[in-house]
Order: sequence, then structure tokens, then C-alpha cells
Amino acid sequence: MKLKWILLPAAIVFALWLPFGLYPAVAVEILCWALFAVSIDLLLGYVGLLSFGHAAFWGASAYATGLIAINWDWPFPLAVLSGAVVATLIAVPVGYLAVKRTGIYFAMVTLAFAQMVYVIANKWSSLTGGENGLQSVPRTITDNFYFYYAALPIVVLGLLLAWRIVHSPFGRVLVAIRDNPSRARALGYPVHRYKLLAFMLSAFLAGLGGGLFAMGHRFVSLDVLHWTTSGKAVIVVVLGGIGTLWGGVLGAAIITRLEDFLSFSGFDQIGLVTGGIFVLAVLLFRAGVWGTLAKIPARLSRR
Amino acid sequence: MARVTRRLIDFWLMTQPSALTARGLTRDFRGFRAVDAVDLSVAAGSVHALVGPNGAGKTTLFNLLTGFLAPTAGRIEVAGRDVTGLPPERVARLGVARSFQITSLFGQLTATEHVELALQSDGWKFWRSVKLLRRHTARAHELLDLVGLSASRDSKADSLAYGQKRALELALALALEPTVLLLDEPTAGMGLEDVDRTVALIGSVREGRTVVMVEHNMNVVAALADRVTVLQAGRVLAEGSYADVRADERVITAYLGSSAHAGH
Ligand SMILES: Nc1ncnc2c1ncn2[C@@H]1O[C@H](COP(=O)(O)OP(=O)(O)OP(=O)(O)O)[C@@H](O)[C@H]1O
Ligand SMILES: [Mg+2]
Repeated sequence: MKLKWILLPAAIVFALWLPFGLYPAVAVEILCWALFAVSIDLLLGYVGLLSFGHAAFWGASAYATGLIAINWDWPFPLAVLSGAVVATLIAVPVGYLAVKRTGIYFAMVTLAFAQMVYVIANKWSSLTGGENGLQSVPRTITDNFYFYYAALPIVVLGLLLAWRIVHSPFGRVLVAIRDNPSRARALGYPVHRYKLLAFMLSAFLAGLGGGLFAMGHRFVSLDVLHWTTSGKAVIVVVLGGIGTLWGGVLGAAIITRLEDFLSFSGFDQIGLVTGGIFVLAVLLFRAGVWGTLAKIPARLSRR
Repeated sequence: MARVTRRLIDFWLMTQPSALTARGLTRDFRGFRAVDAVDLSVAAGSVHALVGPNGAGKTTLFNLLTGFLAPTAGRIEVAGRDVTGLPPERVARLGVARSFQITSLFGQLTATEHVELALQSDGWKFWRSVKLLRRHTARAHELLDLVGLSASRDSKADSLAYGQKRALELALALALEPTVLLLDEPTAGMGLEDVDRTVALIGSVREGRTVVMVEHNMNVVAALADRVTVLQAGRVLAEGSYADVRADERVITAYLGSSAHAGH
């Protein structure tokens, strides 16, 4: 596969250049959402499970990371990692109950749990600051431009983890389960437990993104747990391309950049635009941006 | 002479421990009794055929035996061990492999990848490269050769022809190295040539195994089965050697005008 050796350096150069071309804060935001989108795609594309409650993991990690930074002043990578671990732990009971369901029921269970986490965070204001959120999360690297380069390795490691999972013996089993769960069971695979581990790994990745998001913004608002955050993550993946992994990264870049552009030009109906894009992607580009682009070389070489 | 041989085989089977036992196995679907108090004892090392008209409950019985359905009543034992209520993956890991009547594969995986999946035991290793599975490739190819799929090793399951899918079903079940092999209509829809090859294959893989097969083709039953159980409307109608069962009045009535007569 020659294309890989063109795309990979291109992606690296692009990632290194990004904060020169965009507001560094936007560039950081893209990194966080890239992880979030990939975490959704791991479940949706490779296990066939649509989580509509991933804000719970993204948000829980954002709060945990923020609290750790505020109270213990740990170095930020450690705070983010701890946040991701917290998200993974929360995923255990949620996943345990959710993976017994499929399709819309799985989405419903995850959504219900996420709403519960939202309500708890809202009520438990002594810890979370309630409506006010967590103000002034401390950060040693104050300049967003440099923070981008500090965050980049964490994101790359997260993406590599996702890539490894998909291309591992475990990933092979996941695809089998996605295609035919009964058959996988007849081969001796405990399907629910495999799904649970996939769910936890996905929550870990979402947590990495959420923790970085908290550090990036230097505050945590209740929005990180809102269901619209879960929805946006799904939209990003559908736009980028389900089951492609890199599609989620691309989708995150497009949506984040677009939102920044819209809010900069004073347009306040951002949801309308992302919603419209979602509908268009579902209707016209079922394979998403990445999937559509990926087909081009094959089409050209067929000539 | 043939009669004496049959009696001897019958006697030998009686002395064998049971590899798979069902006692009073019953399954209702919303008031409809698909499997009705079935007692079945499959002697270790035998080939046991399960026959009966469409809708007799053969597949449902398989689903009960392999944990895919929970029985309404009754008990299942594998080599004397109670497995009633165990999930399918546990039953499979106890050495009971099954194939499916309706071909059931993983659309996006190749034939080799299918068999590797059945051979490997590294499924949890999300931190290792999928190349780890290459150590099973040689064995996977052997099994594919065995079932006659050498030419289609790298084809995705979705693109295989019907008969090839049936063959892959068989390779998958064999890859698990089961002690008990349950085959649901392994020759269904196959051409004569493939049927012959499958019969020969089952004949060779039965060594050291117990085989239970649902089969409509009476020639196949005659060629392979040590013992035959006839199901009708969820109940055991008759059991015995192929010749005994074929001569049974009730069986002839149940099969009136169908394959039992054609099997001469
Ligand atoms: N999940 C189910 N829900 C309701 N009824 C079912 C279910 N599965 C099977 N049945 C019914 O139970 C009866 C037995 O079905 P089964 O598939 O076991 O028959 P079979 O002997 O395998 O037939 P065939 O030779 O056609 O494969 C049929 O009447 C069928 O309609
Ligand atoms: Mg059947």
C-alpha cells in the first residue's frame, strides 16, 4: 500500500503545522474531538454499537482531570490519564448493562446513563460547581500554541491505541461479533464480555479527549456532559466516515473549524448547520468524507 | 449376517458412555411446544442422525443442546456434566461445536480469517498485532484444503458460492477440535459430487469424535449413521439403527411418500 506512505507524512506535517494555520485554541479543540470521534467509531464502526451517551465519559474525565489539577496540581498528562481512568471505571457498570442490548436499545441505555451523570454533576455542586462548572483549572503551559504541542503526543498515542485495537486479534473478534454475534458465540467467544472491554477502551479514549478538553479550556462547564455533546460526537463520526478510524479525525477537524468560523462570523444557529451537515452526510455520503475520498484512488486505477 | 452385525453394533453402542444426553428436554414458543420431552443419549464415538419432517424440532433441539435456547424443562449433559442453562460460548468451550442449517458466517472476513478465528486463543489481546494470528494460518489452510476450499482461501465469505459456504461452516466447526460435533443439514442444497465429498469427510473426521447430524438425505444417513432418532412434532417417534427405523411403521407413515422410500 503505497498511499499510506504518502498520507502518513502528510498527516504528520499537517498536525505539526496546524497551530500556525489556525487559532491554537481551535487546533487544541480539534485534537480533543479527534479522540472523542475515534472512541465513538471504535464502537460504531467495529462493534456495531451506537453509543448516544459518550458525553458521560468525555465529561466525567473532564471533571476528574479538572479536579485533580485544581486540588493536587499534578502534571497535566498525569491528570488527563487519571481522568481517562475514571471514565473507564464509570464505563464498567454502564457497559455491563448496555452491551446486553443492541441497536436503538443500546443507544437508549447509554443515553439514560449519560443523563444520570449529567443530573448528578449538576446537583453535586460542592464538588463540580454545579451550573458554574469548574473555574480556573491551573495549567503550567499557559500559551495555547505551546500547549498544542504538549497535547499532540497524548493524542497521537491515543490514536495509535485505537489503531492497534482495530488491528489486533481482539479487533478481529470484534468485527466477527459485529457481523454475526451468534456465530461468534458458537466459536466460544463470550460476546458480552468482548463488547464490554471494547466499551471500556472506547470510554478510555473518550476520557483522554475529555481530559485534554478540560486542560485546553482551563475550565469545565456542565456542557461537557450534555446529550448534545454525545450527539455532536456521533455527527462528527458519520460525517468523517463510520468504520474508518481516520474519518473521525477528519470529521473533528471539519466540524470544529466550521463551528469556529460560524461563531466568529456571529452566526448563532450552529446546531442548525451541523444538523444539516449530518442529514446531508446520511443521505448523500453514506461512507462519509474519508470513505468517499478513499474510494477515489481505486476508481482512478480501474480506468 | 447383516442383522447380527447390527445387533453387535447396537450392543457395542450400549456399552459406550454417553457423550451427549438430553432428558425430558422441552421447549415452548408462546404455548407452542416445539420440542416435547425428548430423551436422547448419544453414545461416545458414534454418528447419530436426527431425522424428521420439516418443523419437527430438529434445529430447535440443536439450539437447546448448544445453549442457544434455554429449555422450558429438562436437562442436558455433556460427557456426564450438567450443562443445562450454560451460554453457547461455554458449551462450545466444553468441546461441543456446531454448524448452522442456515449458513452463518462473518461477511467481511476471508475464509482463512474465519478458520483462524476458530483456532486462536488470543482474542483478548488488543495490544498485539493481528499478525499474531499468522501462526494459525498453516493449520487454517490445512482445514480449508480438507473441506475443498483451497482455491477460495482469501475470498470474503460474502463472495463464496452456496456450497463453499457450507464447506466453510464445516471447516469452522472442525477447527474447534470438538469432541462432539453437531451438524445441521451439512449437505443441504449441495450437488451430488459435493454430497459425496462431504460424506467422505464426515466419515474421516468422525474418528475420535461423536457426531450428531440432522440430515434429510437418507443416503447420507444410511452411509454414516450408527443410530437414528426420528423426531416428529417435537417428540421422539422412533430410535434405532437405520434399517430398524426405516422398517418402522410409524416412521413410514410420518414420512409417507417422502425420502424414506426414496432411500432404497
Ligand atoms: N424462535 C422461534 N419462535 C417460534 N417458533 C419457533 C422458533 N423456532 C422454531 N419454531 C417453531 O418450532 C418448530 C420446529 O422448528 P425447527 O426449526 O426446530 O424444525 P426443523 O425440524 O429443524 O425443521 P427443518 O427440517 O425445516 O429445518 C417449527 O414449527 C417452527 O416454526
Ligand atoms: Mg432445521
